[in-house]
Amino acid sequence: MAAEPWQTAEIPGPKKAMVITKPEVAAVMIKKAKRPIMIVGHKAAEIAFEDKKLIDFVIELARKAKIPIVATAHITSEFLIRGYKPDGWMPAVDIGNRLTDPAWTGLDGNGPYDLALFLGLPYYMEWTILNGLKHFAPHVKTVTLDNVYQPNASWSFPNISLEDWFENLKVIIEKVEGGI
Amino acid sequence: MNRKGVHVKIDELKTDIGAIKNLEISIGKLFEEKWAEPMGPTPFPSLTTLREWDMKLLKRYKPFYMPLCDLCCLCTFGKCDLTGNKRGACGIDMAGQQSRIVLLACCIGAATHTGHARHLVEHLIEKYGRNYPLDVGGLNVQVEAPVTRLVCGIKPETLGDLEEILDYVETQITHLLSVVHTGQEGYNLDFESKVLHAGMVDHVGMEVADIAQIAAYGFPKADPEAPLVDLGFGTINVEKPVILCIGHNVVPSVGIIDYMKDNGFDGEIEVCGLCCTSHDITRYYKRGKIIGPISWQLRFIRSGVPDVVVLDEQCIRTDSFYEAQRIKAPVIVASEKNCMGLPNCTNDPADQIVEDLVSGKTPGALILDPEKVGEVAVKVALKVAPLRKKFKVIPEVDEVLRRSKECRQCNDCRRACPQDLEIPKAMKAAAQGSLKELADLYDLCVGCGRCEEACPVGLPVHSFIVKAGEKKLKEETYKVRAGRGAIQDVEIRNVGSPIVLGEIPGVIAVVGCANYPKGGLEVAEICREFANRRYIVVTSGCAAMSAGMYKDEEGKTLYEVFTGEFSSGCLVNVGSCVSNAHIAGAAIKIANIFAKRNLRANYEEIADYILNRVGAVGVAWGAYSQKAASIAGGFWRLGVPVVVGPHGTKYRRMLLGRADREEDWYVYDARTGEKVYVGPAPEHLFYAAETKEEAIVMIAKLCMRPNDTTKGRAIKLTHYIDLHKRLYGTMPEDIHLFVRTIADIPVTMKDEIIRILEEKGWKETVIPDPTLLPRLIRKRKE
Repeated sequence: MAAEPWQTAEIPGPKKAMVITKPEVAAVMIKKAKRPIMIVGHKAAEIAFEDKKLIDFVIELARKAKIPIVATAHITSEFLIRGYKPDGWMPAVDIGNRLTDPAWTGLDGNGPYDLALFLGLPYYMEWTILNGLKHFAPHVKTVTLDNVYQPNASWSFPNISLEDWFENLKVIIEKVEGGI
Repeated sequence: MNRKGVHVKIDELKTDIGAIKNLEISIGKLFEEKWAEPMGPTPFPSLTTLREWDMKLLKRYKPFYMPLCDLCCLCTFGKCDLTGNKRGACGIDMAGQQSRIVLLACCIGAATHTGHARHLVEHLIEKYGRNYPLDVGGLNVQVEAPVTRLVCGIKPETLGDLEEILDYVETQITHLLSVVHTGQEGYNLDFESKVLHAGMVDHVGMEVADIAQIAAYGFPKADPEAPLVDLGFGTINVEKPVILCIGHNVVPSVGIIDYMKDNGFDGEIEVCGLCCTSHDITRYYKRGKIIGPISWQLRFIRSGVPDVVVLDEQCIRTDSFYEAQRIKAPVIVASEKNCMGLPNCTNDPADQIVEDLVSGKTPGALILDPEKVGEVAVKVALKVAPLRKKFKVIPEVDEVLRRSKECRQCNDCRRACPQDLEIPKAMKAAAQGSLKELADLYDLCVGCGRCEEACPVGLPVHSFIVKAGEKKLKEETYKVRAGRGAIQDVEIRNVGSPIVLGEIPGVIAVVGCANYPKGGLEVAEICREFANRRYIVVTSGCAAMSAGMYKDEEGKTLYEVFTGEFSSGCLVNVGSCVSNAHIAGAAIKIANIFAKRNLRANYEEIADYILNRVGAVGVAWGAYSQKAASIAGGFWRLGVPVVVGPHGTKYRRMLLGRADREEDWYVYDARTGEKVYVGPAPEHLFYAAETKEEAIVMIAKLCMRPNDTTKGRAIKLTHYIDLHKRLYGTMPEDIHLFVRTIADIPVTMKDEIIRILEEKGWKETVIPDPTLLPRLIRKRKE
């Protein structure tokens, strides 16, 4: 499917996200990152495929790649129900703001992050936050793992079907196994 | 009033030395001191007078820019690519450009309210005279214009006094607008300071508009028991001719109501409204009805119920004339700001206009005389109703089922929908014979109609949704308390102490427009949550309507459940958009009436007081407009945090605190001059929540203030922790930042919290007499 904004009018600027054509590309980026972080919005608990929800894939990915998670909105409870304690929870705009600060030492105090993975936020909200990072956080590479094209990320899937999306996530999880 | 112009006009004067004819003398301004309170330091502040205060706020609450566009296309140098904070041809960088656009939005908002106010004041002076007194609450409201007193340092007493205030506001807006010109301001924080200035003067403009109309039209005057009025599509008697008024400026609607009453048609015709005009109709006329928020425009017009559509100003769909034509309803436009391409019939005989509109010779008319609008609208409604027989353009069920088969499942409607609603799925179900999925979308749809514009086969998607949800639409029969206007001084005295000490956990103002991420029900849920918890909950505008569009198990709306008195556990509707000034006014009056701080032109001190002591939070869950931006700006400068829904990120920037940066959260203790850590209270000044649940938790947190007593802080913490546990499923991780002494800890959670404090290495601190202003320190540190 096309690498064009999912919401038709959300036209990006001259700098647009590179398209993730194969899930292996995302897996390599995750593996190469020194300090990745994953920002997970509330929709991860709403989007379902077959018997699993998006949040279940997220937890599996976080565990296998040892990526810390910031849960936004009220999705924290969904993580806790599944026996997974996110490394932090805060508003999406708050974590976005902190990522623009190169002096922020992260949730654990060990230094700034170099890769921020996003998924599960409302499309337009993720669009604006990613654009804040595109312009004001040159030190952070951003990747969206949603199934819609986010032009303001550094890397994004194109608009793809639910089936293809979950297949891609499975591949990413498989490829990052063993951690970084 | 203490500043007056003297104007002498002599038509003819004969004296020993000669005759004088048509002599006019104007003498600038004289001071006529009637107000005992001494003049404060900042009367009629200019663009930079309060810059220092703004920079204190902006140092703590730094902008986080989220550009909605990466380019600047405001001048012919451009388009300029500002990606990555590059500078454009004029030298502006991305941060500067974003704050510049925010300023532009706030100027638009402030100009809109102030233009509205100017029109109202001029019209009311023409009708009632310059000396008409400004009674907005009798003896119960001695501080009649707190925002104006605070900003301008004057005390308006008559309609005529308001003109000079508007002169000041209009001058400021002109200067502010000039700032966004190419090659003016360049530094983002100076733009931001001017944003706050625009917001502040906007509140002055709003206050002028509302006190003028309250006084002259006899709206409820700070009345806690303002009448409950009808709200909802289902409250309209469709057997009667229906006049629909859309917009914000009630003047033409008053013309309609007066004509109807004067000519024996009261009760014969339904007069109803959409958006804020409808609030003001019901403040003037108990039989007036509110259809709903701005998002009900398309669905109500297309239903065919209105026989005449009267448009005044602001938030009107610009295709409403076209939509009204589709249902054969004549349109009257009644504002210079919104002429819709129609012929100016202001000077034509009323009966001629009526004839032309009824015969269809012209589908609409521009009439700039509100009395004539009244006569024409009533006569046309009576004559046209039997002819058009509620002709509608909402399709019948069989048409929806049949035409939904034309849907190509291309997703264009969904991709155009602001809420990303799953319209294709619902269309597929309709094509298979089920309207349930479309009906489910009715509750979430904001009525923008973009789905129809996007549809490549021209399906009237919004009308399909409305048809599927028709049962719900017709059952919309609610009550809302008519806008009461100001808060009484005595109410402020009663709640001032418990608010400042923190025993009333907060004042939550749920205001703004209807671009809700998941329907208007969430607004009612937010109001109910906090009213049940004994917060003071105040509403206005479209949010006040959405708060009323919910019934409990006993069939009662929130306005029937909660008191209209400004007290713990209330739900107070102050009125329309311009009534928002009363909410800011209430915060200001707490500082003035309860704490006895000088009000007159004493902006910094009052704002400092509110920021540090008054646990007030604004919530604009569906904010969409430039007016909402400027209203928020006025609250920010006063130190009141504002929460918006997720669409609020499109305002391009947040003002966010950093709870992890301890150095940002020190205040002076006015008693000693010592700098004291007070925690991130309030943590943010402008912030977009992703979900209702997140907003609720954050609202409770943002109510905390450095001045809270231990009892007050314990109460606030109880609510914050309780909501966090319920909605997030766990204890907050930042609890140690809000506990200052062991006495702050809620008794029932003591063991659990002490354990957390120990883990976090918490240290006890003192509760200061907090201020950010060194000049308020009473005893300087040696």
